Amino acid sequence: MARIDLDHIRHSYLPNPTSPSDYALKEVNLTFEDGGAYALLGSSGCGKTTLLNIISGLLTPSEGELLFDGKPVTELSTEARNIAQVFQFPVVYDTMSVYDNLAFPLRNRGVPAAEVDQKVNEILKIIDLESKAKRKAQGLTADEKQKISLGRGLVRSDTNAILFDEPLTVIDPHMKWVLRSQLKHLHKQFGFTMVYVTHDQTEALTFADKVVVMYGGEVVQIGTPDELFRRPQHTFVGYFIGSPGMNVLPCEVDGTMARIGDHSVPLQCGLDPKKVAQKTEVGIRPEFVKLGGAGEGLPLTVNNVEDIGRYRILRGEMDGIALNAIVGEGESIPESPTALFDPTQTNLYADSWLVSEGA
Amino acid sequence: MEKTVNNKAWFMVLPVLLLVAFTAVIPLMTVVNYAFQDSFGNNQFFWVGIEWFQELLASERFHDALVRNLIFSFTILAIEIPLGIGIALCMPKKGWGVPVCLVLMALPLLVPWNVVGTIWQVFGRADIGLLGYFLNSLGINYNYTQDPVAAWATVIVMDVWHWTSLVVLLCYAGLVSIPEAYYQAARIDGASRWAVFRYIQLPKMHSVLLIAVLLRFMDSFMIYTEPFVVTGGGPGNSTTFLSIDLVKMAIGQFDLGPAAAMSLVYFLIILLFSWVFYTVMNNAGTEKKQYAGEE
Repeated sequence: MARIDLDHIRHSYLPNPTSPSDYALKEVNLTFEDGGAYALLGSSGCGKTTLLNIISGLLTPSEGELLFDGKPVTELSTEARNIAQVFQFPVVYDTMSVYDNLAFPLRNRGVPAAEVDQKVNEILKIIDLESKAKRKAQGLTADEKQKISLGRGLVRSDTNAILFDEPLTVIDPHMKWVLRSQLKHLHKQFGFTMVYVTHDQTEALTFADKVVVMYGGEVVQIGTPDELFRRPQHTFVGYFIGSPGMNVLPCEVDGTMARIGDHSVPLQCGLDPKKVAQKTEVGIRPEFVKLGGAGEGLPLTVNNVEDIGRYRILRGEMDGIALNAIVGEGESIPESPTALFDPTQTNLYADSWLVSEGA
Repeated sequence: MEKTVNNKAWFMVLPVLLLVAFTAVIPLMTVVNYAFQDSFGNNQFFWVGIEWFQELLASERFHDALVRNLIFSFTILAIEIPLGIGIALCMPKKGWGVPVCLVLMALPLLVPWNVVGTIWQVFGRADIGLLGYFLNSLGINYNYTQDPVAAWATVIVMDVWHWTSLVVLLCYAGLVSIPEAYYQAARIDGASRWAVFRYIQLPKMHSVLLIAVLLRFMDSFMIYTEPFVVTGGGPGNSTTFLSIDLVKMAIGQFDLGPAAAMSLVYFLIILLFSWVFYTVMNNAGTEKKQYAGEE
């Protein structure tokens, strides 16, 4: 268990990177507190796995330093860092029994047999594979195999952190819930620092205390699920988190008003006149778009209404710009609807980054 | 669901049945037929029962050839399999080295067998051969036409040169199919180099190794062309393997009956050994079957 600091970490898979686009991971400064449950969220190719492999030592970063509890470990080998990692596809040693699979990381480190036995039996109980301890790992189902991979990560009590690289990709949907709640439970029980990479927002939001959102090799926001939902720091966060994602509408800023097409909506704060922005946008979550009658708000053309049970998703457009709204149960959709934006939840983005009050 | 029986289907498979009959079944049956008869030419045959088999199984000449062949096969397996695995492990997994290595490895396999024999026959000659001249100038008395040890060494080294590539290519195919995550997980688990080989690489190569052992055993047990070209089975009978002996008997002496009997016994021996290898290696890797009913 340890606090993990990433200090000016950059990585490129090219031998001689020159421009910023050569870097798979653009400068990352990040701290994972000891005992925290973190999720690294982002779309494919955003650098999540690169970052994870840098922490575990499978990759050496091109630049920057990695510290465990303040001690530099950038040059240390994977074994010496004492990290556990669970991969996307289950890795089991086919010819070994389930028991031996779990004992493998301990035996490699010369742990005495009695301790190995005690520890392995404990883990077998946790991952619920006691009845299959003696059989070969070959021929087990995908989720049983992934439980073994997970168990190998948990078996060492002195690991600095456990890293998960999209570990539930190959698992059946109903087992995903079971395994995820088991993970959450294990985190509470053992207090390991856990970093969980995923592109599934539900997984990230349910597992982690803090979510690190990555986009194009950069960390765009770190926050609790609630912060990510209410105050997305970057339009990508707004778009990526939430279903459907945040509406992003190009606008022109006039004081504390934003002009979208021929209409104006009030903002909480205006743009700093000293800053020059190439592109300004208004971001509002579909949850905070209310429907009004003709003349009350911005005129809206309804393209489609999806009823997904508890609420309906209205997919419409305004002057050719797509706009989604969530319509609650029992609420009716007016004949010629207009969109009303909740001013406290209307965010302004300059060059994709949130403009906040103080700035 | 009831299966519909349509006897017309037999007509559809008839061409294949005829083809197999003419190319495999009838020739094999002819051999079986010859094995129980004696012939004095002129297409006259006399029924002799199992006499040829009794004679063959009691014959010292057959025993010697069989033992020589077994020693040869097991020697080349003992060299080619570990050597092949070793070379495959050393080969690069990506970059420009991959095609270079693959082409180098494939080269010996592309050389016709009698040419391989000729190459080594010349290569080993003391007067004009590079190898023979070099060894003799070092003071080693190397002459494969007179010395049985030299003849054996030549035949074995030639086979290793010719066929280790096959084992390498098969093992390499098995190795490159291992996902990178396995090696990463092994590093996380603190596995030694030996443990990686024993628990990741070897199990993944298991099925290709089975094919390699079977192919190399069958081929080496039937080896004919290369030793025939290099040593002609000599000096004396020291490199006369079963196939060389069989050809001497059938074509050289025109003893069709004994040769047919020998062919059948030869065939059954190869079948038996192949079955044993297959069963042993298959069981060694997959003990899962006993658990199959457990789920």
